Amino acid sequence: MNIYVLLKRTFDTEDKIVVNDGVIEDDGVEYIINPYDEYAIEEAIQQRDKHGGEVTVVTVGDEDSEKQLRTALAMGADKAVLIEVEDDDIEDQDQYSTVKILEAFFEDKEVDLILAGNVAIDNASGQVGPRLAEKLGIPYVTTIVGLEIEDGVAHIEKDVEGDIEKIEVSLPLLVTCQQGLNEPRYPSLPGIMKAKKKPLEELELDDLDLDEEDVEGKTKRVDVFLPPEKQAGRILEGELQDQVKELVSLLRNEAKVL
Amino acid sequence: MSKILVIGEAAQGQLRNVSFEAIAAAKKIDENAEVVALLLGDGSLEEQANEMIKYGADRAITVSHENLKNYTSEGYGQVVLQVIEEENPTGVVMGHTAIGKDLTPKIAARLDIGLISDAINIEKDGDEVVFTRPIYSGKAFEKKIIKEGMTFATIRPNNIPALEKDDSRSGEVVAKDIDVKDLRTIVKEVIRKKSEGVDLSEAKIIVAGGRGMKSKEGFEKLYELADVLGAAVGASRGACDADFCDYSLQIGQTGKVVTPDLYFAFGISGAIQHLAGMSNSKVIVAVNQDPDANIFNVADYGIVGDVFEVIPLLIEEIKALQNN
Repeated sequence: MNIYVLLKRTFDTEDKIVVNDGVIEDDGVEYIINPYDEYAIEEAIQQRDKHGGEVTVVTVGDEDSEKQLRTALAMGADKAVLIEVEDDDIEDQDQYSTVKILEAFFEDKEVDLILAGNVAIDNASGQVGPRLAEKLGIPYVTTIVGLEIEDGVAHIEKDVEGDIEKIEVSLPLLVTCQQGLNEPRYPSLPGIMKAKKKPLEELELDDLDLDEEDVEGKTKRVDVFLPPEKQAGRILEGELQDQVKELVSLLRNEAKVL
Repeated sequence: MSKILVIGEAAQGQLRNVSFEAIAAAKKIDENAEVVALLLGDGSLEEQANEMIKYGADRAITVSHENLKNYTSEGYGQVVLQVIEEENPTGVVMGHTAIGKDLTPKIAARLDIGLISDAINIEKDGDEVVFTRPIYSGKAFEKKIIKEGMTFATIRPNNIPALEKDDSRSGEVVAKDIDVKDLRTIVKEVIRKKSEGVDLSEAKIIVAGGRGMKSKEGFEKLYELADVLGAAVGASRGACDADFCDYSLQIGQTGKVVTPDLYFAFGISGAIQHLAGMSNSKVIVAVNQDPDANIFNVADYGIVGDVFEVIPLLIEEIKALQNN
């Protein structure tokens, strides 16, 4: 099977967000593989081990994304592709832009299965997977928590806000992965050594016959700001029973939420 | 005149509140717009269509077909695209729900247009429609506009208040015949796991527990309180990892991001990843044995104490309140 994984590099979940002049600072920020994409990588590796074939991890990002691609290779992916786009290359880069680039990349590829995270924890639109599937003319299923492939048919368990839908759909197919699908492995030391020698192809827009204007975004960010600081709350005191009484009274009369 | 299509969701016959909120959102985009509600399903949707009109829609289109019994992006996509083509709206709004998240990118890709997902506020800046949406799981917010073409957005449940229901409103309801072609994706079975039907993303009150609930049995105590409050139950990653509950309950940077009116955090330490998922709740109550727990930094009200002592007291107190 030809399996592809869409990967995005994101801020570590531990990082605090600092905004300066309407721009998010990335000084001192730790980068990670978007956590949901780790489920996609793990699933891709498991499916390849079951059915044979090859796992290629693809990212659209700046040159530093190589680190996250190497991690995916160390986990067990076979090949990586970095479609290099620097921060200010594309005007108002959005999901439309990213999908336009990925669509061009996939144009001449034979695909059986594409896996992505169900959402990136930074911009959190969840648009790229479904948009790409639509552009490639293949079906998609989002937020999957189970995947069995048999004779070219995928048997999927999809999380629908806590309920589970059992879905059947034939390949080629794009899925986006939800927590609970698997336990992503940590790269092993031999894996890390091997990853250094695995192929990592670097492409630019030009290689995909695209100009910057072709991929200009359809939406525009006009401001970024932080939520208002929360005022320190009230720690109640006294006998526990009285505290609970006071709490209920506060929720009812002061906060007016009961 | 502008015309905004609002795609409603009638899960198991019942309209979701976010569908009414989407009508209010359409009015925020343009208060003079004609609001057209669209409902999809496999039985009569007339009652729900009239309900949408009472909440502010001017007219409604319903489409019933056996292939629309369960949501699939293919089935719904065919219908929505055809209706958009016929109605030629200036905007489309729907809830940022499992269906909204899944369906709208497909429509946007087909029409080669921009889409703002998960908006929590809509303002006008002159003629420009400015959407506010959380990024980094609510650690920050961005304001975004659509540069050209249709105004297309999904809205987060519980953030844009629905208009008041007006029983005197009436409007045209048209049941449209659309032949939904064979689907490649087939939904074989739906396993309902949600208890009580209170959805986390739409819940007004959430009762959440962390590792401090100690065990699966301990975690169950939260359901007793949730029952009394009509609340949904949520969890921290710690509680899910420890197998006290299903991952579908997880609130946080991975997991769900929620903004209820009232959030109870029981035995949750308050890791930054968890705070990202709930810190924009309107009122937060924390109960934790550790007075230095980080959760107290975002809580409006805190009790330092044993969750297993506090929960029964709280149930008793709330029942007393309800009986008065």
